[in-house]
Amino acid sequence: MGAERNAIYRRRVLVNRFNLLMSLGAMAFGMLFLFWILAVLFGNGVAALSPTLFSQPTPPPGSAGGLANAIAGSVAMVAVATLVGAPVGVLAGVYLAEFGAGSRFADATRFINDILLSAPSIVLGLVVYIAWVARVGHFSGWAGSAALGLIAIPVVVRTTENMLRLVPASLREAAVALGAPRWRVILQVTLRAVRGGVITGVLLAVARIAGETAPLLFTALNNQFWSTDMNGPMANLPVVIFQFAMSPYDDWQALAWAGALLITLAVLALNVLARTVFRQDIH
Amino acid sequence: MNAEIPIARPAVAHRDDAPAAPKMSIRHLDFHYGAFHALKDVSLDVGEKRVTAFIGPSGCGKSTLLRVLNRMYSLYPGQRASGEVLLNGSDILGPDVDLNLLRAKVGMVFQKPTPFPMSIRDNVAFGVSLYERLTAREMDERVEWALTKAALWNEVKDKLGQSGTALSGGQQQRLCIARAVAVQPEVVLFDEPTSALDPISTAKVEELIAELKSDYTIAIVTHNMQQAARVSDCTAYMYLGELIEFGETDELFLRPRRRETEDYITGRFG
Repeated sequence: MGAERNAIYRRRVLVNRFNLLMSLGAMAFGMLFLFWILAVLFGNGVAALSPTLFSQPTPPPGSAGGLANAIAGSVAMVAVATLVGAPVGVLAGVYLAEFGAGSRFADATRFINDILLSAPSIVLGLVVYIAWVARVGHFSGWAGSAALGLIAIPVVVRTTENMLRLVPASLREAAVALGAPRWRVILQVTLRAVRGGVITGVLLAVARIAGETAPLLFTALNNQFWSTDMNGPMANLPVVIFQFAMSPYDDWQALAWAGALLITLAVLALNVLARTVFRQDIH
Repeated sequence: MNAEIPIARPAVAHRDDAPAAPKMSIRHLDFHYGAFHALKDVSLDVGEKRVTAFIGPSGCGKSTLLRVLNRMYSLYPGQRASGEVLLNGSDILGPDVDLNLLRAKVGMVFQKPTPFPMSIRDNVAFGVSLYERLTAREMDERVEWALTKAALWNEVKDKLGQSGTALSGGQQQRLCIARAVAVQPEVVLFDEPTSALDPISTAKVEELIAELKSDYTIAIVTHNMQQAARVSDCTAYMYLGELIEFGETDELFLRPRRRETEDYITGRFG
């Protein structure tokens, strides 16, 4: 009996060791590529960093310049997309979590949102192109913001609903038990309990749209010059990177590396911010 | 509203009187969770300024009954009650009852402490500000009054601005009691208020219930028979959705009329 149990136990130890080894290997495989990409990016990007990146617009090949117009365009379009998309997403998430129980309309909304969440971003760009750009006849920053907003909204809807579902029913009931109307329960108690998570969702949505290229190709396009006119074509980092990286000119390629590094650092900063400052536990 | 609630009648001397006037009357109450018949023809009176305890094994319907008294079940589709529940003589099950106003009159304390994600002061002020416009000073007085009622004031008076979620479990539960009392309800429902607490916190909450009785009508659901015996004036024993026996607590525990009650309170159940 005892010996038999020992054999079973030894086998279990071996299986455990094997599985641990496999999962460590899988992790190392993934990390290898991540760090490889980061190493190449930093190696090429840091060399191309210079103060003129932020002060001069994209140059013609062969002359000095920066990414000022692309940075400004990206910030402007991401900001508009977030300012419009985040409230819409939070409101829709609140509807799904707090009012949608057993409602067909909510089920349909959730389903469509999930599809939108996984829709290829180029499709969303094309939709905005057909519905807007083709109709008005020119590319514009506003259209770019719209395409980015369409990508951000489902992310925010999803995270908001998921966070609100983590709120224990007892907390909601406790507020209701004091005679609080529903909107005050939601605003002052449940949404407040998960505000860190909701803000994190918004930040992750911002990080997601900051690097989107495909939807901007059809909407904001690009602009070689400094422009703050959201009604016209607008420069932005992802499309500049795409265009410059494909070019045969060394100075353009260097700018593309610098732009890629800037976006990566910005997204990294947003993720770190989301995971440290706004991290919070549900009670 | 006064910060001090006048004590309407002497706290003692009421035990042996004829049953006090009913604050809430439950008449032929049936309750369904979808197809499940959870309460079957329950009728009883909850006496004014008395403590009424509901005991019985898990699933007997005692919490369900409590959740009818403030219409908490109405939050959930598929749960429905029929019969009559009178508060001060008027039916609260009717379709045109304002649930927010009802719940302002019938407060509730839950099994697990549920502090809101806000400061201690705001936790107490939240319910008050729903129905009363108070100046900052009046609100401070009300917060102090409620926290004193809940025997928590001395422990938190120097940290009213701190988050309510940072308190210990027992303190959180007393904060929830303060919050319920602060809106000056007529009835306070306790749903197993001490089952998540340590013995010392439990003793404090029980003392509190005994004190609150002089001002409020109290209904308490408990798994703990000794607790029911200690804190209540009347006790209802429930089993499988039916009210088996209801009477003065001393009577029910010393001389139960029904065999099932005796089996349960002597631990021979099942």
